[in-house]
Amino acid sequence: MKDWIFSTDHKRIGILYLVGSIAAFAVAGIMALLIRLEQSGLGPTITSDATNYNVWLYFHGAAMILAFLIPGLTGFLANYLIPIMIGAHDVAFPRINSFSVWLFWFAIVLALLTFVIPDPPDVMWTGYPPYSVQTAGNTSFYVFTVHLMGFSSILGAVNFLCTVIYMRAPGLGWNQLNIFVWTVLGAFVLQLIFIPVLAAAVTLVLFDKYFGTAFFAPAQGGDVLLYQNLFWFYSHPAVYVILLPAIGTILEILSTMSRNPIFNYKTCVYGGVWGTVVLGSDVWAHHLYVSGLVDWLRIGMMMTTIIISIPVGLLVLTMVGTLYKGSIQYNTPMLYAASELFLILAGGLTGIPLSMTSMTLHLSETYFVMAHFHYIMGIMATFAVFAGVYFWFPLMTGRMYNETLGKLGFLLNFIGVNVTFAPLMWIGVEGMPRRYFDYAMFPQFEGAMKIATVGALIIALGMAITIITWIHGAIAGEKAPHNPWGSKSLEWTHTVYPPGAGNFPTPPTVSADWSPYNYGKHTAHTI
Amino acid sequence: MKKWVFTAAMMAAAPLTAMASSAAPAAEGAIHDHTEGWNNLWGHLVLDLGAIGVVFGLISIYMLVSFVRKSENEEGSLPGLSLGGSLAWTLVPVFVFLADDMYLAANGFKLWINQRTVPVNAREVKLTAMMYNWEFDYGNGVVAEADANGRPQLFVPQGQPVVLRMHSEDVVHSFFLPDYRVKEDVMPGRITYEWFLPKQIGENVLTCTEYCGVGHSNMFGKVKVIPAAKFEEMILAKSGAATPAPAAPAEGAAPAAPAAEGAAAPAAPAAGK
Ligand code: HEM
Ligand SMILES: [Cu+2]
Ligand SMILES: [Cu+2]
Repeated sequence: MKDWIFSTDHKRIGILYLVGSIAAFAVAGIMALLIRLEQSGLGPTITSDATNYNVWLYFHGAAMILAFLIPGLTGFLANYLIPIMIGAHDVAFPRINSFSVWLFWFAIVLALLTFVIPDPPDVMWTGYPPYSVQTAGNTSFYVFTVHLMGFSSILGAVNFLCTVIYMRAPGLGWNQLNIFVWTVLGAFVLQLIFIPVLAAAVTLVLFDKYFGTAFFAPAQGGDVLLYQNLFWFYSHPAVYVILLPAIGTILEILSTMSRNPIFNYKTCVYGGVWGTVVLGSDVWAHHLYVSGLVDWLRIGMMMTTIIISIPVGLLVLTMVGTLYKGSIQYNTPMLYAASELFLILAGGLTGIPLSMTSMTLHLSETYFVMAHFHYIMGIMATFAVFAGVYFWFPLMTGRMYNETLGKLGFLLNFIGVNVTFAPLMWIGVEGMPRRYFDYAMFPQFEGAMKIATVGALIIALGMAITIITWIHGAIAGEKAPHNPWGSKSLEWTHTVYPPGAGNFPTPPTVSADWSPYNYGKHTAHTI
Repeated sequence: MKKWVFTAAMMAAAPLTAMASSAAPAAEGAIHDHTEGWNNLWGHLVLDLGAIGVVFGLISIYMLVSFVRKSENEEGSLPGLSLGGSLAWTLVPVFVFLADDMYLAANGFKLWINQRTVPVNAREVKLTAMMYNWEFDYGNGVVAEADANGRPQLFVPQGQPVVLRMHSEDVVHSFFLPDYRVKEDVMPGRITYEWFLPKQIGENVLTCTEYCGVGHSNMFGKVKVIPAAKFEEMILAKSGAATPAPAAPAEGAAPAAPAAEGAAAPAAPAAGK
């Protein structure tokens, strides 16, 4: 127990992030189920108080993003893998690393208090004033949760940027890095630049609500739109903080399971990843197309938003190209990775109408948007985390998970998400608004809502099986053979499973020809 | 051989997209009805994006089924890219994406101009939002009454564009007319606007799409499109009943807002920043 609490080992810290974020995912998932059950019929169904529904929705959104996906990708996967992938014995500042995981845990506990305090926050994960200032709900829990998560993430960002810049194994050049390392670097650069903006925005809400300031109160000279600009100035880049490491994870799996190098590596890194980082910071106003913002800014951001399909398109092209003439092995992580090709297609293409101001005049704040971001961010990134857990399971536990159970869980999850979100996307186009406790004005959507609820139940079953598969595998799985997937990457070739203190029995050095993707006849020079 | 099939399939995405695009010409002549413009552009997008989706989907399926591992130790044989190949695989897709993007942006922009330019003959209605209701004011003290269930209703004349000048008394709301494909946020401290052209006699849903608290999903009512003559009659009857008009420019219920944004000319965007 003490070994874990005071541990400064990046692998243990990574596992702590995993446990915390999966716990958050489970609770937020139960909220999703409650949301779907409530909407399964017209009128009140499982609660008659809309505030309950709003609190579930607040917790679901805030926890899924802040407490599951961001920590799952940049906390768990980055922590566990990056030092090993670059041949380092740990991160640059191990104690700070330990501090940031505990900040994260405090934030989770604070967020969970939502369910015991008498006046829980009901401000949605976006927390827009003046509502977040006027509500009887306790907005401060939202604000402090964001503060803690944000502080934790900033510390992580500094730590990992330093680690990758200064602690690579002797001989390891930038163009020999794992693609996952690149995507995490991109994500952390975004976190470092933009989290302070979010922290400022929510702090001003705190001041308005509890100290009587008027930053967002027009009657006293404040401005409502100021918050929305600040909020999305962070929160749009935040979707790339999620998207990039998720794609990085998927690319590692696609490459390993098809035993092919990353297709067009340099374009993927310098065009795809960094193009997304640069453009991603200039598109926030696409969340404000109907907010009453000045028209010229809406048009400018429509251009940048449409253009961002280019770097993202390059990333997708790399995913598809990496399979060409490959030697594909289908196991659970590969099934998740393969399904991503379709999830990203569905999510990415539905984003294009949403990038256009004129289309958004109808589509914004409907279930179309909700289904879009679940495909591209919610489900896509969740599947990436799951794929990552399966893929590196032998490394982390020294054991194998049960393939049959893993595949069954995948199948239910994949069917479930489509049964849920396809009908919701359709009624969104028809005009069904999101964040609705009831939909008395649209009785014709009841059938679609019922189907979506069945989908959510299928997902719940799939998730339960998945978690059982992990627990069973970690306790009773067969011993993992050396390098079960035949990878060329350092975390598989130079360690024992699970790696001990310092990661490598003998610290690796790499030659100019080495690459984590030396498959077939490729060397670092031909990739 | 397979390499060529692959390359050809990728390249096919470009002309296919273009074809899909030309298959649905944008609606001309419907200048004053952005609802129809929206429906047209949507149909257009479904074709365009559908074509891209089908092409990429088929390529993905082709990759996933034709390169399955045959023996335990087999490795992949992705051909290496020369510098030229690498550049081509970057620039050609960039060009294709960019071309399609610009095409869509141009069409989107055209519609947007239409959506944000209020016709000069538009009927102006003042909208006030509050938790959890909408109020419609036609000027001269004429207001729309709630229906028998206490739901807000907005009466509009058939065939004449209607522009709403909107502000909120408390938090941010958003006034959404799903049938007319338009919404805009309504907030304290600013006046925003949206317009639409009621073409058919009948009823349409109006509702709120910015989360505003416990009654958010209960902020709905009806747009009632009635014959223009009947509409004018109704207004006249009501304004006769109302107390003699308060001086027109006084803007009785102007929001407690920065004054500069108050009474803008009908066609000017009120969203100054
Ligand atoms: C696993 C199955 C999931 C189901 C069935 C589900 C269901 C839903 C539904 C129905 C809503 C909208 C409710 C409404 O607008 O009234 C919603 C909102 C949302 N979901 Fe999920 N969700 C799931 C997973 C996720 C995941 C993995 C994420 C991670 C990012 C996520 C993020 C969000 C966010 C950010 C919102 C918006 C909350 C808001 O409006 O403030 N969801 N979810
Ligand atoms: Cu965004
Ligand atoms: Cu509302």
